Amino acid sequence: MKIGRTEIVDTFAEAFGMSAARVIITADTPKWAMAAARSMTGFATSVIGCKCEAGIESQIAAEETPDLRPGVSVLLFAFDRKGVGERLLDRIGQCVMTCPTTACFNGLESEKTVTVGGKLRFFGDGYQISKRLNGRRLWRVPVMDGEFLVDDRFGVQDAVGGGNILILGKDRPTTLAAAEAAAEAMRAVSGVILPFPDGVVRSGSKVGSRYKALIASTNDAYCPSLRGFAPETQVPEGVDCVMEIVIDGLNAAAVEEAMRRGTKAAAEAGAAQISAGNYGGKLGQFHFGLHSLLNGAG
Amino acid sequence: MALALTLETQPDVPLEAEAIAPERLTGLSEVEVGKQPVLYGNRKAELGEFFKVGGKADGEIRVAGDLSRVKLLGAGMSQGRLVIEGNAGLHLGSGMTGGEILVEGDAGDWLGPEMSGGRIVVKGHAGHAVGSAYRGSRVGMRGGEILVHGNAGTETGNGLRSGLIAIGGSCGDFAGVNMLSGSIIVLGELGIRCGAGMKRGSIVTMQPAELLPTFTYACIYEPMFLRLYLGYLRDQGLPVEERHIAGRYQRWSGDSVELNRGEVLVLAP
Repeated sequence: MKIGRTEIVDTFAEAFGMSAARVIITADTPKWAMAAARSMTGFATSVIGCKCEAGIESQIAAEETPDLRPGVSVLLFAFDRKGVGERLLDRIGQCVMTCPTTACFNGLESEKTVTVGGKLRFFGDGYQISKRLNGRRLWRVPVMDGEFLVDDRFGVQDAVGGGNILILGKDRPTTLAAAEAAAEAMRAVSGVILPFPDGVVRSGSKVGSRYKALIASTNDAYCPSLRGFAPETQVPEGVDCVMEIVIDGLNAAAVEEAMRRGTKAAAEAGAAQISAGNYGGKLGQFHFGLHSLLNGAG
Repeated sequence: MALALTLETQPDVPLEAEAIAPERLTGLSEVEVGKQPVLYGNRKAELGEFFKVGGKADGEIRVAGDLSRVKLLGAGMSQGRLVIEGNAGLHLGSGMTGGEILVEGDAGDWLGPEMSGGRIVVKGHAGHAVGSAYRGSRVGMRGGEILVHGNAGTETGNGLRSGLIAIGGSCGDFAGVNMLSGSIIVLGELGIRCGAGMKRGSIVTMQPAELLPTFTYACIYEPMFLRLYLGYLRDQGLPVEERHIAGRYQRWSGDSVELNRGEVLVLAP
């Protein structure tokens, strides 16, 4: 299959079941809401190395947030609900509560929840105040600029992590431009995040390593510099750079839509070839075939 | 289809009609509804002696007429919806645990006393002791919400332990007296001695208030929780203004004769 001059490889992305939460961060200004969101989503590129994957989903207009201030929506993914709860506690406590003027709200209605504000409240050292409004319990923790307001519980739902596309290009500037275009197109999809720096990862990995201590190592099949001797190189002639975009979503449909838009955008931006990473279909529950999703049958 | 009750015989003395609650009348025929017991003064009577009954309750009851002398409407109610198309008498929603009561006119004294859940909305004014503890009891409203679009009398939220009481107009003296927790928001004027003996909880007013000397000024700041509450009340149709939501508030801590963990928030000029 081709989109223009871009070859779309007949392969699939293999993704995994995860658990996710949505966090709404508000502040007096968009700048401070974004500052907290950036801090909270830092060092959250890979669940293997960072214990969670997190990213900014969107900015939210003041009239659409719980406290009518400018907001940012953050999605956080971990292997299970317990992991989500622990990471939320760490990251909201250290990155949001510490950030001037912020408040933090649950953005996901779900039967499954984890306690966050109900634990962070102890920072208030007995001066914290509980409030209950319309079935929602909130905690007011006194801080030096006033008070930090946080929801008692956050919803957690089943989600999908590890959707991906590989963008192969003739050189680094062209490939990076295609990856940037793809990431921008993907960010317009609600319910997904791209956890790597500005959405793009250059150090794609494979499972396992020749070194016993490592569970993952460089994806030699897509390293152009190893084309001459890597045993299973997938880098074709005329390709000197590969970038990957990883997509986590609240459901398979959102991941699929992001992959579809990203693939088209990368092709239009000059990618030579678009492929996807998988493990032979044996590890992940979700398979996103590039041809089928572009044909609308994904 | 809602059950419709129309007051046809105005009682000369108070009528205690605790039977008028969705869970007590749902599924009953018109005849059965008419036979439900009420107390007329000190005499046992039947609902049908005073009300014309029509339809069948499917979780909603609509009651028409001037019910100023009908007491205990929706008392102990736990589910469904009760609509009073006029004024309501004393003890409306007393001890209710769930459901919703809408009063299109005024409500008498003791509105929602010691309720623990559900929602009461009064489009007109309310009398004294809204959401309060009964005499001899230390704990008043324990949960749910009472929204009064008009004014309320004295001792609103006496002994309030949890939940929200919002008054769109003015509120009489001793609002939040002996309150234990919860929130009282008054958009109009607040009477004197608010929060006397309060342990915890929040009393919020948009007008300058005269506070007891046992309250201590803390600061002027932006209490974030209030933005949620005020946004919610605005959505419910109360006259919340943008300056209330975006405003800064004086925080007074009290009552120091008790735990001193309560607060009165006064919109800063």
